[in-house]
Amino acid sequence: MSDKITNILLVGVGGQGILLASEILAETFMLAGFDVKKSEIHGMSQRGGSVVSHVRFGREVFSPTVPEGEGDILFGFELLEAYRSLSLLRPDAKVVVNDYRIPPPAVLLGQASYPDDLAARIRTGFANTLLVDGLHLAQQAGDARAANTVLLGAVSMRLPIAETVWQEALEKMVPKKALEINRKAFALGRAL
Amino acid sequence: MSIAVLSGNEAIARGAYEAGVLVASAYPGTPSTEILENIARYPEIDSSWAPNEKVALEVAIGASFGGGRAIACMKHVGVNVAAAPLFTLSYTGVRGGLVLVAADDPEMHSSQNEQDSRNYAKFAKLPMLEPADSRECKEFTRLAFELSEQFDTPVMLRSCTRISHGKSVVELGERVSGLPEPQLVKDAPKLVMLPGNARVRHPLVEQRTLNLAEYGNSSAINKMEMRSVKVGVICAGVVYQYVREVLPEASVLKLGMVYPLPGALIRDFAARVEQLYVIEELDPFIEEQIRAMGVKVTGKEIVSLCGELSPGRVRAAFAKAGLVTAPESPVVDQGPLPPRPPNMCPGCPHRGLFYTLNRLNAYVTGDIGCYTLGFMPPLNAMDTCVCMGASVSNASGIVRVLPPEEQRRVVGVIGDSTFLHTGINSLMEMAYNRAPATVVILDNRITAMTGRQENPASGFTLSGETAHEVNLVALCRALGIQHVRVIDPNDLDATRQALAEEMARPEPSVVITNRPCCLLKGEDRFKPGEVLAVDQEQCTGCRACLRLGCPAIEWQPAPDGKKGKAYIDPLLCNGCTVCQQLCKFDAIK
Ligand SMILES: Cc1ncc(C[n+]2csc(CCOP(=O)(O)OP(=O)(O)O)c2C)c(N)n1
Repeated sequence: MSDKITNILLVGVGGQGILLASEILAETFMLAGFDVKKSEIHGMSQRGGSVVSHVRFGREVFSPTVPEGEGDILFGFELLEAYRSLSLLRPDAKVVVNDYRIPPPAVLLGQASYPDDLAARIRTGFANTLLVDGLHLAQQAGDARAANTVLLGAVSMRLPIAETVWQEALEKMVPKKALEINRKAFALGRAL
Repeated sequence: MSIAVLSGNEAIARGAYEAGVLVASAYPGTPSTEILENIARYPEIDSSWAPNEKVALEVAIGASFGGGRAIACMKHVGVNVAAAPLFTLSYTGVRGGLVLVAADDPEMHSSQNEQDSRNYAKFAKLPMLEPADSRECKEFTRLAFELSEQFDTPVMLRSCTRISHGKSVVELGERVSGLPEPQLVKDAPKLVMLPGNARVRHPLVEQRTLNLAEYGNSSAINKMEMRSVKVGVICAGVVYQYVREVLPEASVLKLGMVYPLPGALIRDFAARVEQLYVIEELDPFIEEQIRAMGVKVTGKEIVSLCGELSPGRVRAAFAKAGLVTAPESPVVDQGPLPPRPPNMCPGCPHRGLFYTLNRLNAYVTGDIGCYTLGFMPPLNAMDTCVCMGASVSNASGIVRVLPPEEQRRVVGVIGDSTFLHTGINSLMEMAYNRAPATVVILDNRITAMTGRQENPASGFTLSGETAHEVNLVALCRALGIQHVRVIDPNDLDATRQALAEEMARPEPSVVITNRPCCLLKGEDRFKPGEVLAVDQEQCTGCRACLRLGCPAIEWQPAPDGKKGKAYIDPLLCNGCTVCQQLCKFDAIK
C-alpha cells in the first residue's frame, strides 16, 4: 500500500443527505482495509446552509479535514455548492456533480440570480468533470430519493476499490427495504 | 476484536460504556449533543437530559457521591453554566469516577463565542485530557475514569468540533466489571464544603495537581515522538494531526493531558530539539505555561488567537517561520457568489411570529435556538442575543432605562428549551420587579436547534418514554405573571392582535406559541397542511409573500421587462398558510 492519501469532498446543501453518503464512503474504505478519517459540521449549517464533508483514506491518515487545495475528488450534490468548493481541489481533481440547483436565499428573494452555466465553468477548471442527472436516473431506478446513490455509483468508478466492497457497504448502511432500488441506482451511476 | 468507524462523540460514549459508567446526564449543545444520544443506546447506563448543564453536572456528582461512575456532557459555553458546582467539586473530589466532557467550537460553527475550555481546568484546578482522534476519545474516556478515582478528582475531557464530529477507526473493548457496588457512605469532612472543611481540602487539591503533573511526566498519555531534532513541536488534540500532516519529519511532544502540564518532560523535549514551537488553537494556554518555566518557545507569533486551525493554516504558520513553503493559491477564482446561510425551515412556526414582530416595530431581545435565525433578512426581527436565558432578563433590564413609549417596543423572545434552561429565573425576576416588558415563549415542543432533543415540556424523555409535561402557562402564572396567553403563531391576525395588546400593556406579560416544530413530522407530532401553489393568473408580483423569507417561495423574474411572479416549490411547502394570509390578491391556494 502506498503512502498516498486520497481526499474526497462531499458538498451540497443541508438536508440533501450528504452525511449518509459520506458514511457509506467511510465504511467502504474501512472494509477495504484502509485507515479512514472523516469530518463535517453538524448543527447550525444543517438548516439549509452550505455543507462540506471531508473523507480521507490511505495507509495512515492524520488530519480529519482535507488540506486546502489537495482534494482529489469532488462529489457535488448541488451545482452552486460544487462550484463554491473548487478552491479546495488539486488542479487534476475529478469532479462528479449532480445537475441540480437549489436557489440560495438571495435568489429566492429576487435579489441575485443563480449563476449561469456553472457546469461549463466547472469543466473549464477541471477537465475530468462528470455531470449527472441524479434525479432522473434515480426515478429510473424506482425512487427519486436514490439520487445520491446514483452519484455514489459514478464516484465509485473513480476510486480503486472493488465493486464487491461497495456492495458490502451498501448492504450494511442502506435500510433493507430500500436496498434493491439503491443497488439499481448505484449500477446506473457506475454505467455512466 | 471488532473495529468500527466512529465519530469522536460515539467513541466517547463507547468509552463511557466500557468504563462501567452507571449514570450519564447532559444538556444538548453542538458539538457535544451526540455523546449522550449514543450513551443512551446502552441499557446498562441510566441516561437522561437535564434542563441545563449545572443540573446535569450535579446529577453526575450525586451519582459519584453514591459510589457510581458518572459522566456529564456539554458544549463549551455549558461549562459556564455548570461552573458553580464544578469549582467546589474540585475540592470534594469524587467517590465513583466522574468525567465532565466539554466540547469546544473553535471557529464558532454553531456557537456564540469560542472560549477555550482548557482555562477551566487550570481555574478549577483539575486535570484535563484532550484526545486527537476517535480512538483516543474512547481510550482517554476510559482512562479519565481511572484517573478520577486514583487521584480523587473530577476529570475534564476536552473535545472540539473536528474531534466530536470527525470519524476514525476505533477498536471496541468490553465493559469493565468488578467495580465497587454503589452505597451510601457518610464522609462529611470530604463532602460537606463549609469553610472549616474546605480549608482542609484546598491544600490537598494543590498537592493533587503536583501529583498529576508528575504522573504526566512518566505516563504514556503524553508522548515524545523523536524524528529530526531540527524542529520540535508541542501540541495536543486535533492540532497534532495537522502538525503531522504538514511537518512529517518534525519531532513532536504530543500532550494527551493538557493540564497540569508535564514540566520535566517538556524541559527534556526542549533540550533535545534545536527550535521549539507550540501550535495550539485559540488561547496560548500551553505556551504561557512553558514560557513561565523559562523555556524559549515560538507560538502565537505565528498562529492566530482566533478561529480553528486546519492543515492549511498550520502550513501558513510554519511558512511564516520559514520551515515550509506557503500554501499555493487555488486553481480557480470563483469571484463573489450568493451565500447560503442557514434558514428557518418551510412551515417553521417561528416565521410568522418574527414577521409580526418586524411589522410591529418591536425591539427584540433575543435568545439562542432556531429562532435566532429571526435575525436574518428579510425578517430582521432580533436585536440582541447574548446567552441562553438572557432574552428575558435583558428585556427586564432594558425597559428600566427607557421612556414609556420605547418600553412598549421591547419584547423578549425565548424558545421552550431555553426557557426551561435558564429563562425561568429571569422571568421570576421580571415578575418580582414588575418590569413592563413582553416575553414570547416559542413553544415548538422540542429542542430543535441541536437536532430535536426532548425537554421537560415536550412530554418525552431521552429514551422516548412519556413524561410529565411542564405546564408553561401555569408556571408563568406561578412565577407572578398575571397576563399569560397562548396563540397560534400561524394565525397572523390573532398573533398580531395578541402581541400588540401585550406590548401596549405597562406590565409584565407572556405570550406562548403552540405550534410544534415541523421537523417533528416523522414522529407524527407535526401535521403538515395542504401544499399551496401560486395562481400565476392572479399573482400581481407584489412580493408581499417574499417578506417571509420562506425557502419554499421563489421569485421568478419574467423575461422582457414584465413583472415577475412568486412560485411555491411543492416539494418544500409544508402548508403553514402564512404566505396565503399575506396575499391580498388570493393568489395562493
Ligand atoms: C449554555 C448553552 N447550552 C447549550 C447551547 C446550545 N443550544 C443552542 S440553542 C439550544 C436550544 C434551543 O431550543 P429551543 O429554545 O427550544 O429553541 P428551538 O431551537 O427549538 O427553536 C441549545 C441547546 C448553548 N448555546 N448554550
